[in-house]
Amino acid sequence: MLTGLEAIFFYLFAFIAVAAAFMVIAARNPVHSVLYLILTFFNAAGLFLLTGAEFLAMILLVVYVGAVAVLFLFVVMMLDVDFAEMKRGALQYAPIGALVGLILAAEIVVVVGGYAFVPELATAVAQPTPAPDVRHNTAALGDILYTDYIYFFQIAGLVLLVALIGAIVLTLRHKEGVKRQSVPAQVARTPETAIEVVDVETGKGI
Amino acid sequence: MSAELSQSLILATPELFLAVAAMALLMVGVFGDERSNTLVTGLAVAVLAGATAWMLFFGGDGAAFNGAFVSDPFARFMKFLTFVGAILTLIMSVGFAKAEKFDKFEFPVLILLATLGMALMVSANDMIALYLGLELQSLALYVIAAINRDNVRSTEAGLKYFVLGALSSGMLLYGMSLVYGYTGHTGFDEIAAVLSGGERQLGLVFGLVFVLAGLAFKISAVPFHMWTPDVYEGAPTPVTAFFAAAPKMAAMALIVRVTVGAFEPVAPDWQQIIVFVAIASMLLGAFAAIGQRNIKRLMAYSSIGHMGYALVGLAANTEAGVRGVVIYMLIYLVMTLGTFAFILAMRRKEGNVEQIDELGGLASTNPVMATILTILMFSLAGIPPLAGFWGKWYVFLAAIDAQLYALAVIGVLASVVGAYYYLRIIKIMWFDEPVGAFVPMAGELRLVLGLSGAFVLFYVLIGGPVGTMAEAAAKTFF
Repeated sequence: MLTGLEAIFFYLFAFIAVAAAFMVIAARNPVHSVLYLILTFFNAAGLFLLTGAEFLAMILLVVYVGAVAVLFLFVVMMLDVDFAEMKRGALQYAPIGALVGLILAAEIVVVVGGYAFVPELATAVAQPTPAPDVRHNTAALGDILYTDYIYFFQIAGLVLLVALIGAIVLTLRHKEGVKRQSVPAQVARTPETAIEVVDVETGKGI
Repeated sequence: MSAELSQSLILATPELFLAVAAMALLMVGVFGDERSNTLVTGLAVAVLAGATAWMLFFGGDGAAFNGAFVSDPFARFMKFLTFVGAILTLIMSVGFAKAEKFDKFEFPVLILLATLGMALMVSANDMIALYLGLELQSLALYVIAAINRDNVRSTEAGLKYFVLGALSSGMLLYGMSLVYGYTGHTGFDEIAAVLSGGERQLGLVFGLVFVLAGLAFKISAVPFHMWTPDVYEGAPTPVTAFFAAAPKMAAMALIVRVTVGAFEPVAPDWQQIIVFVAIASMLLGAFAAIGQRNIKRLMAYSSIGHMGYALVGLAANTEAGVRGVVIYMLIYLVMTLGTFAFILAMRRKEGNVEQIDELGGLASTNPVMATILTILMFSLAGIPPLAGFWGKWYVFLAAIDAQLYALAVIGVLASVVGAYYYLRIIKIMWFDEPVGAFVPMAGELRLVLGLSGAFVLFYVLIGGPVGTMAEAAAKTFF
């Protein structure tokens, strides 16, 4: 059980995370939604820190806050999506959403209830998680990714490479007539090619 | 570097070489000039040939990367077929690329990466390795299908293939998660060990069904075949040739390894699935092809039927059955590549034609082409003594030995129905009014068509050594 400062911070992070997550879907302004999402990420990172997974916490900040959320923000600001229009019909799907929520809630009850009714389950796992002071989680992740599953990790990298090539092949178009900066051409210019001396007659333009 | 890792790297050398070479060729294409496409294609063929040679001469047996990757005679045989399919497709695409403004250097690079995915599939000995290899292959194929992006039918083919492929991947993953849940392992050897020890659980059978459904999609077996005719018709013809050849080898190898390897202890459960899929594929392939007027759609239904025949051998779950599957896939590969070399050569001054009626009177305008296609069509129909007959002979024999009489009888009847549409093409070529000559065939297409025709015609003479090699491949599992 959590006690003392740990408990205070846990409930603080957990409460803000849930509240911010609710605001993500409740906020009227999509930019505010993304900002609330970032707040949720920060609090989730705090929860990770409390469990001793500091590497995951930092990765969450770097990847999700630093990259993904900023990308969302760009999309929301750049694309002219009318969120009010999108939200108009959303309420008619509320029963389905509630049903899915109920199922998820029931599943949580089953999982947590399992541990409550059969306490031996906690020790019956195939490979128990070692304590953070015995096995450092950064080292454990590194071992799994780069030693045990290096083969899978590399193929996953190749899959991403194919996705990258595919996106470029299918969408990139070299437009004619696009003005691009050409540094060599600029440097190679001389006064003779750049300046033209014109004799302008009075009362007439060029 | 630990000894285990270096051992793994040595076993996987052909794959490593393919991966590194694909990235190097990408650089060549990006930094090369406008005409780098032909260079990249040539280099890709060389790379594939090098990987094949390395595998044949230095390929050892064993497991690598904690058992996720396995190299054995079966894997090498099927990889050889896959590589040959990729090499010949690349060679056949050269002329088409020039004529149809299809000259993107990414095409050979993506073919290389897809072939790498297939090699990983063939060698996969773990559910995660299976899935990653399959995704690498599929993702590259989705892009290749849509590579002619200004053509509506090509983009439609790519999109259809992608959406349905993603669905099948989802089913595959769901099945794999069930299998993992009920056995506690992802490695094929460990799964087989757990299954042979304990009793059969219903949830595991569910998982098996989903895994087989996902894999059946990749070989376009009924009832997961819907995408095939549209994708084959819409994709550019060299791409269709590739789809019909190499990926089927890899996916069939994967099905054999999953069923006969990992799920051997629950053989009766998967045998009934395979029997059903085989019968449905053979019948649909035979009947649905009758009405087709487009030769690429016809080949799509033909390939569905042929996958059904190959599965007949697998349903037997015997060494002879797996040997039959291996021989069938080899013969199917040769016949398919030959037929697609012909389809690529169906070209008039105004462009490629795909309608079967365009073949009218070919025997008088180009007797050599007509003769070789006649041989190929007789072989696809399974007329002795051509290669196609022997492929069917081995799988039906294995089915009869395993007392699957109904399956064998339905198979023979389906091949009689199927013979109709192959013979119709022959009839159109030899007895219909000429509709005009095709432009002279390109050299590379002539080469592929000639080789394929010779292989099919003289298979009787080389059938012995091929059978011995196939037997060595099949022994891997028994």
